[in-house]
Amino acid sequence: MAGPKYPGFDTLALHAGQSPDPATGSRAVPVYQTTSYVFRDTEHAASLFNMERAGHVYSRISNPTVAVLEERMAALEGGVGAIATASGQAALHLAIATLMDAGGHIVASGSLYGGSHNLLAYTLKRFGIATTFVSPRDLDAWKRAIRPETRLLFSETLGNPGLDVLDVPAVADIAHAAKVPLLVDATFTTPYLMQPFKLRADLVYHSATKFLGGHGIAIGGVLVDSGRFDWDASGKFATLTEAYAGFHNMDFAEESGTRAFLLRARREGLRDFGACMAPMTAFQILQGVETLHLRMPRHVESTRKVVQFLVGHAAVAKVIYPELPDHPDYELCKKLLPKGAGAVFPFEIKGGRPAGKAFIESLRVFSHLANVGDAKSLVIHPATTTHYRMSDEDLKKAGITAGTVRLSIGLEDAQDLIDDLDRALKASQR
Amino acid sequence: MKLGEAFAYTANHDLEPAKRTVVFIHGAGLDHSWFGLQSRYFAYHGWNVLGLDLPGHGRSAGPALTSVPAMADWVIKVLDAAKIQRASLVGHSMGTLISLDCAARYPQRVERIALIATASPMKVGEAFLDAAKRNSSDAFDMSTIWGHALQVPLGGNPNPGMWMYGDTQARLERLAPGVLHADLKACNDYAFAGDVKCPVLFILGKRDVMTPPRAAKGLQDKLPGARTVVIDFSGHSLMAEAPDATLDALIDFLQ
Repeated sequence: MAGPKYPGFDTLALHAGQSPDPATGSRAVPVYQTTSYVFRDTEHAASLFNMERAGHVYSRISNPTVAVLEERMAALEGGVGAIATASGQAALHLAIATLMDAGGHIVASGSLYGGSHNLLAYTLKRFGIATTFVSPRDLDAWKRAIRPETRLLFSETLGNPGLDVLDVPAVADIAHAAKVPLLVDATFTTPYLMQPFKLRADLVYHSATKFLGGHGIAIGGVLVDSGRFDWDASGKFATLTEAYAGFHNMDFAEESGTRAFLLRARREGLRDFGACMAPMTAFQILQGVETLHLRMPRHVESTRKVVQFLVGHAAVAKVIYPELPDHPDYELCKKLLPKGAGAVFPFEIKGGRPAGKAFIESLRVFSHLANVGDAKSLVIHPATTTHYRMSDEDLKKAGITAGTVRLSIGLEDAQDLIDDLDRALKASQR
Repeated sequence: MKLGEAFAYTANHDLEPAKRTVVFIHGAGLDHSWFGLQSRYFAYHGWNVLGLDLPGHGRSAGPALTSVPAMADWVIKVLDAAKIQRASLVGHSMGTLISLDCAARYPQRVERIALIATASPMKVGEAFLDAAKRNSSDAFDMSTIWGHALQVPLGGNPNPGMWMYGDTQARLERLAPGVLHADLKACNDYAFAGDVKCPVLFILGKRDVMTPPRAAKGLQDKLPGARTVVIDFSGHSLMAEAPDATLDALIDFLQ
């Protein structure tokens, strides 16, 4: 017998988190551009502060417009809830700060966005949190790197910029055997291409600046919790299972086993670190989320056309895209990313650094800038921008070289993109 | 607070003999945290609170109990362990049946009962029972979807940033195999035939598809002195869907 059904992805992308505004009937999500909310009386104020009633107190902790984005992303990922943050980097920091203290240890993929690599390799180290980087494809390396003080395994779903496809179920199983959660950065895949919770990941975050917004006008992040990791059974997360003097001696897992992580992240992380999302930013990102299910197929379709064009081009030494048979993760990609391997990929131009420079400067439709996931097509040279702090050895570990160029394929006419690339490639070889 | 094998949420308060006590009893497959906001309110407003995790749920160990009377006996044993002579009971769904059974068989121990989303009999569909028996995810879907008003997946959660469907699913997926089935079968098998003398409050959700208000009619007829509050916009999960309205009804009834 067919049971009741959840609403489909497309419906959730448009509706989840918002019913027409009760105050005005507004169908669109209103922008609650306010810092604070009037209490009905002193009793109401006290009960809001003490989590006896639901509602908003101050927009650093929660805001009605931001809450719509949070609930919508939780629905699209299949999580219990979410917290929107000032940026993707803020979401990563919030996750780590919620899970561990000084002395904690992370095992992370070596194929990370440069900003994430900086945070783990240099900045958090100053605060007593160490990270061991491993090849995301080497499952034994993940296991070997785990120590008694390890509190998190972390990777991108598609490595940046080498596009290593993370074997999410396998790495999640390694994490769970060690009684720690797996956090994935799913910025490149979005919940449209992959829902990591269905593959047993525990926490997901996005740079909402990228495909979720899609318009390149707002910086933001969002951290989503599956609610499936059992903090009590693990016994390794004192921040979630022991009394917290900073909030009425609350034991967050006792308050709720499924909400413990988000409770602490909001009640401590947003309250004290303060990297919240602005209401207007949430509104702008919501405009993008409402068409995510329409944009992502087009991004992927055009990417496949561009990839095929580049593979056959005389000026191109190598194209890295997991849907190509020579990619190490070709089979895994078919299994985990049947809707497509995203719209960001690197390739290598023949002629090294001078050819790369000439290529980028000859493009007319592609924009040369440090971002991905825009509706407009973008190009960048990682070795001099996003990964500029990495040594040649670390670049090699991440699967790129000094001649690698990264493309983010937008929503323009695919033939115009191909023509632009063709013209620039020819110019690069002169 | 651990009381033997039982876990009872007290919102970080010690139990004090001089205070009145309110016991929160959750529904099938859930745990004490389903009453999170409401139980915190009473704990911080002069009451002893015991937010129970029934055996096999939340932090309480042991196999799930298989009948409503056994669950009612267990609640009374927890009160004994806590040295609480008399308490008001707030039940949700299956918890309403447990509250009724306690009030009928242990009248000296029960001061008042509040029944949130109830029906008598509380029949469970064969397909739902069968899916739960097989530990099929279909049972979690049925419990989640029928457990909320139809607008919930599309509407806003009063609790900022949370998605009610996801939270319910995550709780159900944490259960040991067989627990949801034991709970549903206990509801399905129970026939209330006792007499309740204490004050009774019904809190019903107008959009409840699992225990719609009309399903409480038989019970309301048996308890003519009972009060009823119907919350217009809520489904079965009133504590989450309409937390303030539910709390206000409880405050009005229990104070």
